Amino acid sequence: MPRPLAGRITALLAAGLLLPALAACGSDDNDGSGSGGDGDAALVIYSGRNEKLVKPILDQLEKAVGADVEVRYGDSAELAAQILEEGDRTKAGLFFSQDAGALGALSREGMLAKLPQATLDKVDKAYRSGEGDWVGLSGRVRVIAYNPDDVAADEVPDSVHDVVKPEWKGKVGFAPTNASFQAFVTGMRVLEGDDATRTWLEDLKANGAKTYANNLATLDAVEAGEVSLGLVNHYYWYERVAEKGEDEVDAKLHFLPGGDPGALINVAGAGILADSGEQNATARKAVDYLLSEKAQTYFADTTKEYPLAAGVTSTVEGLPPFESLESPDIDLGRLESLQETLAMLQDVGLV
Amino acid sequence: MNTPEATPRPGATPRPGATPRPGATSRPATGFAARGADRRPPLILLVPACAAALFALLPLGYLAVRALERGPAFAWKVVADERTLHLLGRSLGLTAVVVVACGVLGVSMAWLTVRTALPGARAWSIATTLPLAVPSYVAAFTWLSAEPDLAGFGGAALALTLVSFPYVQLPVAAALRGIDPAQEEAARSLGHGPLRTFLRVTLPQLRPAAAGGALLVALYVLSDFGAVSLMRYDTFTRAIHTSYRASFDRTPAAALSVVLVVMTVALVAAEARTRGRAGHARTGGGTARPAAPVPLGRWKSLALLWCGAVVAVAVAFPLGTLGYWLTVGSSATWDLGGLTETAWATLGVAAAGAALTTALALPVGVIAARHRGRGARLLEQAAYAGHALPGITVALSLVFFAVRYAYPLYQRLPLLVCAYAVLFLPIAVAATRAAVLQAPPVLDDVARSLGRRPWQVLREVTVPLAAPGVAAGAALTFVVCMKELPATLLLRPTGMDTLATRLWTETGAGSFAAAAPYAAALILLAAVPSYLLGRHRT
Repeated sequence: MPRPLAGRITALLAAGLLLPALAACGSDDNDGSGSGGDGDAALVIYSGRNEKLVKPILDQLEKAVGADVEVRYGDSAELAAQILEEGDRTKAGLFFSQDAGALGALSREGMLAKLPQATLDKVDKAYRSGEGDWVGLSGRVRVIAYNPDDVAADEVPDSVHDVVKPEWKGKVGFAPTNASFQAFVTGMRVLEGDDATRTWLEDLKANGAKTYANNLATLDAVEAGEVSLGLVNHYYWYERVAEKGEDEVDAKLHFLPGGDPGALINVAGAGILADSGEQNATARKAVDYLLSEKAQTYFADTTKEYPLAAGVTSTVEGLPPFESLESPDIDLGRLESLQETLAMLQDVGLV
Repeated sequence: MNTPEATPRPGATPRPGATPRPGATSRPATGFAARGADRRPPLILLVPACAAALFALLPLGYLAVRALERGPAFAWKVVADERTLHLLGRSLGLTAVVVVACGVLGVSMAWLTVRTALPGARAWSIATTLPLAVPSYVAAFTWLSAEPDLAGFGGAALALTLVSFPYVQLPVAAALRGIDPAQEEAARSLGHGPLRTFLRVTLPQLRPAAAGGALLVALYVLSDFGAVSLMRYDTFTRAIHTSYRASFDRTPAAALSVVLVVMTVALVAAEARTRGRAGHARTGGGTARPAAPVPLGRWKSLALLWCGAVVAVAVAFPLGTLGYWLTVGSSATWDLGGLTETAWATLGVAAAGAALTTALALPVGVIAARHRGRGARLLEQAAYAGHALPGITVALSLVFFAVRYAYPLYQRLPLLVCAYAVLFLPIAVAATRAAVLQAPPVLDDVARSLGRRPWQVLREVTVPLAAPGVAAGAALTFVVCMKELPATLLLRPTGMDTLATRLWTETGAGSFAAAAPYAAALILLAAVPSYLLGRHRT
């Protein structure tokens, strides 16, 4: 008989209708962003950085800034699109982005506020916005992951230009839709010009390089021996080691020397929304906190990135010192020409 | 509202309440006249149906604004690009393969479990409904982790087929139960073998149900991002995502999305054509009578093998993989409090989403089933408009409208629930339409002839008759709401999590073992309505 089903589903639906009402009541108290409260206004952070990675430090931040902090976690690119769609009615006071590109997009649209010079000066010029409206908080470097079962350590190429050589045919993995990869391609365009970059991309494709959804999938492919080399960011490997234990991770990392474009250092960073209103003061404190020794040490130890401020150095075992990295000399602000990179990737047929 | 004079209804009895149900005198005249007047849906249906359609068209309004932001020439340049055609080909190719595979799996499973003497038929029918509970990204991930070489077209087709064949199986099974066995018996008595009878008599009658299911599968494949992205198979949806993410530029993404909308309309029209004028309802005098189960004979072991294989790859495999992660990963932590809280929140929003979607779908579905003509068709097509769009596009369109016109609702639960309704309206509409079609329209006419007003007919006859099917549609919507990710990420209240968003968070940090409890909880909870659907007998 159909009745029991209909009855049960009705009951479920009725319960469902009540639940959100209850939940809404529960969340009412911290929705004062529009009206402001006592002391410092509550701060809403849109975090494109993963909750698992940054929640502990953002909890600390809440205590440090002395105001309520609400964090909205999402994907950096999607949150940037959301902020652009929200326009001047955005609820965000601070945008904590996984990469400089999303911050650059908001900066281009004039949606970020200028940061105080004292805040900006905590970070090397290379790792902040030329407009002074966002600042890098932690650095991530592009590396080549390799599978030692397939490749001896001394055979791993020292340049991304080598991975398009015939001996690596079908043995290289990368993530063409990944923001870090695209930033690297943009960097290569800035460093070596569009023609050279296009040729490299065409060679990479012609050489049968395999494409993956993201850095993790690329690293997995190296781990599984599906490819011998993977173009990734350094910290994925250290996170994987933390997840599984070093004995369980076969892949190894190779840091490229000589200012190769494949060794680009990119940043995760933060910017204050120009329309943050009363959140602005709290947001400034928040950025300063994220550049404090405590927060920088957190990025070094927990997310395995390179701290960018306050003279903090990473203590992660096996991680080459920041100063020793032979990264290309490049203005991160010039990585904004992502549109052209995308067009090039599309032309070549990689995305 | 009382508008008795607005529509001339020949022979209609005076105002309800004014006369004590006379009925008898005017019955024959009304009966015939009502069929003519039926071409025009009553206002009681039309007004809410139009509201639902407008609601479903919101993303289109947004897309028009964004796509034309830089002038039609720019939009055309994006759309007319050679690459667009290439991606269109890839998307349609994947869709075609998945639809055919789902058709074979869905129809065969439905037939075996409903009409044959298959041992444990009921258990099989429940087990083969469970894949609905598996999100496409989980299915893709589990396959990929076991067999990395699957990546590409084959892997995407496999993952999408395995999670979506119940869309075909459920309506076909329902139709099989509703078909009058007399025709098949007649065919058998004329000397046709069982296979021939199935192909010549049964299958044509299943066509509308199968086509409706196939349409949902097709739209699901077109809009899917999770499986194709993990399987690294570039489709239209993936290109739209890339466009958002790599350029932060919403104009090209919107222009490409418009192409998806056009594709949706074409698919819906094609399905309507397949559907033809086939009516489900048994209008003859025969009583509903279950068909005698077809003995499988020597085919029995083969049939069992087939069912076993389907359940193994579609249900046992993903669950087994999750179990494996749970036991090996060092990041597996059982935060039972967090898990329970998230599960409750998920159930709440999914139930609210299913309730709103069903309520909006009801008038559209009734009109689509009961009324022919351009207006009814347009309403139904409008309801489908947003279904093939990627979740991010629908989510951004709601951000756009809410920020401008409903700011107090922004990032509140009601808006998230609305997003679910926009995204999943077609599922509920399809279920409602099919259910109403199975209720003989002659009963509506009789009720009218007895002097019932349109809303009374709806409440006392149509809805009760269609209730099981509508409820099944609600259960299906409930399941898909639970699995939804991109719109939930953008529109949920700050700080709220669903199982799907938790899953996303954990896998984003590479903690697959920590993600496993959430994936398992999602599958187990979504399995409950799936189970009810599988058990459901009309």
